[in-house]
Amino acid sequence: MKNREFIENLILNIISPLISIFIALFFGGIIIYLLGHNPWETYKEVINFALGNPNGWGYVLFNTTSFILAGLAVAIGFKGGLFNIGAEGQILVGGLISALAGLYIAPIFPSFLHLPITLIFSALGGAIWAFIPAILRARLGVHEVINTIMMNWIGYALTNYLVVNTFRERGVLYPLPQTDKLPSSAVLPKLYPIFQKIGINIPESNPVNYALVIAILMVIFTYYLLWKTKLGYEIRALGLNIHASENAGINVKNIILITMLISGAMAGLASINDVLGYRYRYLDNFSHGLGFTGIAVALLGKNHPIGIIFSALLFGALDRMAIGMDVFTHIPREIISVLQAVIILTIVVGNEVLIRFLKKRRKAIYA
Amino acid sequence: MLETIFAWETLTSAIRMATPLAYASLGGVFSERSGVVNIALEGIMLFGAFFAAVGTYFFKNPLIGVLFSIIAGTIIAFIHAVVSIKFKVNQIVSGTALNMLAAGGTTFLSRLIFKAAGSSPHIEGFTPIDIPIISKIPGIGLIFSDLSPLIILMLVIVFMSQYILYKTAFGLRLRAVGENPQAADTLGVNVYKYRYIGVLISGILGGIGGAFLSLEHARVFVENMTGGRGFIALAAMIFGNWKPIGSLGACLLFGLAEALRMRLEGVGIPTQFIQMIPYILTMLVLAGAVGKSTPPSADGVPYEKEEI
Amino acid sequence: MEEIIRLEGITKYFPGVVANDNVSLTIYKGEIHAIVGENGAGKSTLMKIIYGLYKPDKGEIYINGKKVNINSPKIAISYGIGMVHQHFMLIPPFTVIENIILGSEVKNGISLNFKKAEETLNDIINSLGFKIDLYEKVENLSVGEAQRVEILKLLYRRAEILILDEPTAVLAPQEVEELFSILRKLSSQGKTIIFISHKLNEVLNISDRVSVMRRGKLVNTVNTKETNKFELAQMMVGREVFLKVDKAKREKGEEIFRVEDIWVRGRKGLDVVKGVSFNIREGEILGIAGVEGNGQSELIEAIVGLLPLKKGKILFKNKDITLERIRQRRLYFGHIPEDRHKRGLILDFSVAENCILGLHYFDRFSKGIFIDYSKVYKHANEIVEKYQVKTPSIKIPIRNLSGGNQQKIVLGRELSFSPDFLIAAQPTRGLDIGATEFVHQLLVDLRNQGKAVLLVSADLDEILNLSDRILVMYNGEIVGSFSQSEVDEKELGYYMTGVKKQTELKEALI
Repeated sequence: MKNREFIENLILNIISPLISIFIALFFGGIIIYLLGHNPWETYKEVINFALGNPNGWGYVLFNTTSFILAGLAVAIGFKGGLFNIGAEGQILVGGLISALAGLYIAPIFPSFLHLPITLIFSALGGAIWAFIPAILRARLGVHEVINTIMMNWIGYALTNYLVVNTFRERGVLYPLPQTDKLPSSAVLPKLYPIFQKIGINIPESNPVNYALVIAILMVIFTYYLLWKTKLGYEIRALGLNIHASENAGINVKNIILITMLISGAMAGLASINDVLGYRYRYLDNFSHGLGFTGIAVALLGKNHPIGIIFSALLFGALDRMAIGMDVFTHIPREIISVLQAVIILTIVVGNEVLIRFLKKRRKAIYA
Repeated sequence: MLETIFAWETLTSAIRMATPLAYASLGGVFSERSGVVNIALEGIMLFGAFFAAVGTYFFKNPLIGVLFSIIAGTIIAFIHAVVSIKFKVNQIVSGTALNMLAAGGTTFLSRLIFKAAGSSPHIEGFTPIDIPIISKIPGIGLIFSDLSPLIILMLVIVFMSQYILYKTAFGLRLRAVGENPQAADTLGVNVYKYRYIGVLISGILGGIGGAFLSLEHARVFVENMTGGRGFIALAAMIFGNWKPIGSLGACLLFGLAEALRMRLEGVGIPTQFIQMIPYILTMLVLAGAVGKSTPPSADGVPYEKEEI
Repeated sequence: MEEIIRLEGITKYFPGVVANDNVSLTIYKGEIHAIVGENGAGKSTLMKIIYGLYKPDKGEIYINGKKVNINSPKIAISYGIGMVHQHFMLIPPFTVIENIILGSEVKNGISLNFKKAEETLNDIINSLGFKIDLYEKVENLSVGEAQRVEILKLLYRRAEILILDEPTAVLAPQEVEELFSILRKLSSQGKTIIFISHKLNEVLNISDRVSVMRRGKLVNTVNTKETNKFELAQMMVGREVFLKVDKAKREKGEEIFRVEDIWVRGRKGLDVVKGVSFNIREGEILGIAGVEGNGQSELIEAIVGLLPLKKGKILFKNKDITLERIRQRRLYFGHIPEDRHKRGLILDFSVAENCILGLHYFDRFSKGIFIDYSKVYKHANEIVEKYQVKTPSIKIPIRNLSGGNQQKIVLGRELSFSPDFLIAAQPTRGLDIGATEFVHQLLVDLRNQGKAVLLVSADLDEILNLSDRILVMYNGEIVGSFSQSEVDEKELGYYMTGVKKQTELKEALI
């Protein structure tokens, strides 16, 4: 009995994601072939580019950092039965507010508080942007899907306006749509010194930074939140059965609101890797679909924090490989979002197929 | 300023802006009346817009363009149908994945095919039509002149759909599988078949809606040019209580907002804020529809035939 | 007699159970054939096989002597078989006629031809002697009317064999009589009727022959005239059953709970509970009888705190708790919800997690903001042991447990904080006889310990067997109040259907 459950879990949680990745890579291979390249050689080249050297590793970890946080954001929503498709907008708003806090609020305080301030404001910004769809869902019952998407567009327009018209960088001849540079006390240091110390020669130019540590802390935080606290119990209960939750005295409206705000805050934090750890400023529309990748990461990681680490690593590597592909073969890097979509579809379909297969097998055992 | 806003031109452009929404919204009606939530409409429109441009660009004929958009829309809808009807996957997840596929896929293909980032070359749409006699009336005649054939087609399809859904056996069955699939099944109605049909119709209509954007509205394909219109169309569908004519009414409201928006450009309001108008309106409309519109009972619920 | 259906060796497996085990049965043309058995005996499965909803794993079906292969309801319909399901298969926003013609529409070009269908239907309705508005929406019909729509659906399709799955479960006694008169007319018109039930009185009243099923097997088929209630009951359970629960007389105790003139507005905006008042004292079971949908569910939801009161007062031991939230009220009473899958359990949570649902914020299960799982597991093990719950582990999803064991978890949880008052809504719905007896005994034990129980049930036998006092709800009001000894099933039926109404409810508040 125990043994069978173990095997079933193994199939569902490990083998099925692997299969979907292979299907996606196969699909990618067909595209590469149709565009006149040798898929095998191309893959070898880009895998080597992404994973064959410490600089590549650094970049993969750098990508992974944002993906973990975005994936956690979406997964927390899913666990509470909420679709936060608005992570993209929450990331943009969180990033901008974090940068503005670093530029205009932090200097009022002693320098050891600068970094905590930028971090907290990134989460706060994300939560603020999640608040409107959250309150509309909790109080009026408007489904969050369309509203979170609308908030993405509104967030995109608003941050664009603010960074182009109000907070554009000063003192340069041709200013980009980005803010001024943040003081070094308000940003996250790079991680290469640590890696170099343990013999991994990641170059100084590599962007991997302390946001990675924060992401891992957030993985632990999310695990404890969902599975060890009363709040987490209520969030999961709500996600599985709203009627029973209501009957159990769970304040459904509050939990919807809180879940959405935590999800939004986590999405806001997903901005720090870029804003505080890489560019040290907010660049217009820097997120490039990170919020949507978060959906893929969460689904592939089965909405479990540990699963999300692995799926974020995978997407981190794929993203780096896509850049390699663009460089070597001039195949547009948007291929990556095509593959992400293929992975989502195959993972969810694969799940269903496997669950049905396991059910049938169970029936056969009994019969 | 006021007279420019409240001119016949505004109304004309409101109808133009409402057209792609109305196609998609009507697609949503067919899909959701059969019980399948289709947020992939955004992606379907985007694929429709792209392939309409491709077809028209290579064959120099907008009709081929529309045909391409229908095929593309149907294929995406078919994937959504298989994933959500056959495999019973969460329909929002499926729709989101397809929207990502559309955003990435059209950009990818656009850069490959047109060898340029951002947009396609200029394409020629349909020759506009004047409705005889009425178009000569001053003022109101403006609405009936210089019309895209796709606008006329849209109006025909909307009224036809209202009839089909409420007066024919097909419509009765389609609505039945969206309300209580089990009941329909016990009466020998093939639930899966009608759901497939509902979703595929949404693919066809969503595709044409997208074609209107690239062929008739912009005369060029621009990356991610749908800009959330698929979702706005769904909001219109909800506001229209999942009924064809109701949805058309809601789309006209959105069309008017877009028309006014275009009039507002250049009066000193920052473009970004003007851009927000349809999105904010969508959220207001959804909040306003709460408690006033009722979705089909089995909307979004996969049908599991009781057969173990 | 002419045979119309013959089943040979029908076997059907479900995960973990054999639902039908080598069942052979012959049905004759024109008879009313009852099939009785406990919940889970395999009656419904067998009928769904005949109707093409399930595929049998083994066995053959013959219709009029010819072997047939019924893969879908469509094929069943073509053989003249029709089925009225236990849960009505109706589409509420559609009209009666739309519901009836769906799938077998008469067309006029491409449009629906309602006139033609109406003619056919009027003939059928007249021959059966009842009335129904074909253009009324089904959502506005009473349960009895909705059932007639279901029967019309079958007759419209020229069904010769009508299968009715527990048709009386939702009806008041007088409505049952009306149904039976329709069935007798149908039988006299030469239709064959298969009637599934576990109510033996009804079966003896209506049927020509009775087949008894137990644990998937067909035990026996007997002529109704040659059998009796006790023989059938014994065949159903495989042992002697005590149809009455023993209950010692008790003295009137202190008042535990009281509601005064409560009004509740339903989800559709209409008043569904209209000025209900009653009290419950220590050591008594107060039963609320009524046809489902007459406000009982909303009454309970309002008491528990799920629906707001429009007017009125709720008192627990003389303390006004009207304005308290669900969480505060939970400390006063245990609550067995009427639909345990919807409200009582989270099927994908583990057994242990379900054991604290609604109690999870109690100090005894927590350490600050954290849940203390070691205490949760201890608590769950106690419940499993005390109520003899059959489960391989407390860490598996509760979905995997049988209905009876799930209900034991709900009971165990709700009684784990020793409340003085228990609200039990449909506490034995869907349970087999063994589990039902267990629950009944438990309720009586609570009463004997001096606790108060509010029992809401659609099962009149349950109400009559257990209650010390009985109230009847009709159309949102209490229309009758009785002490147990002064009323019988038939009398209750008059009140449940609104035929009779007491002006003075002397037994509601004592």
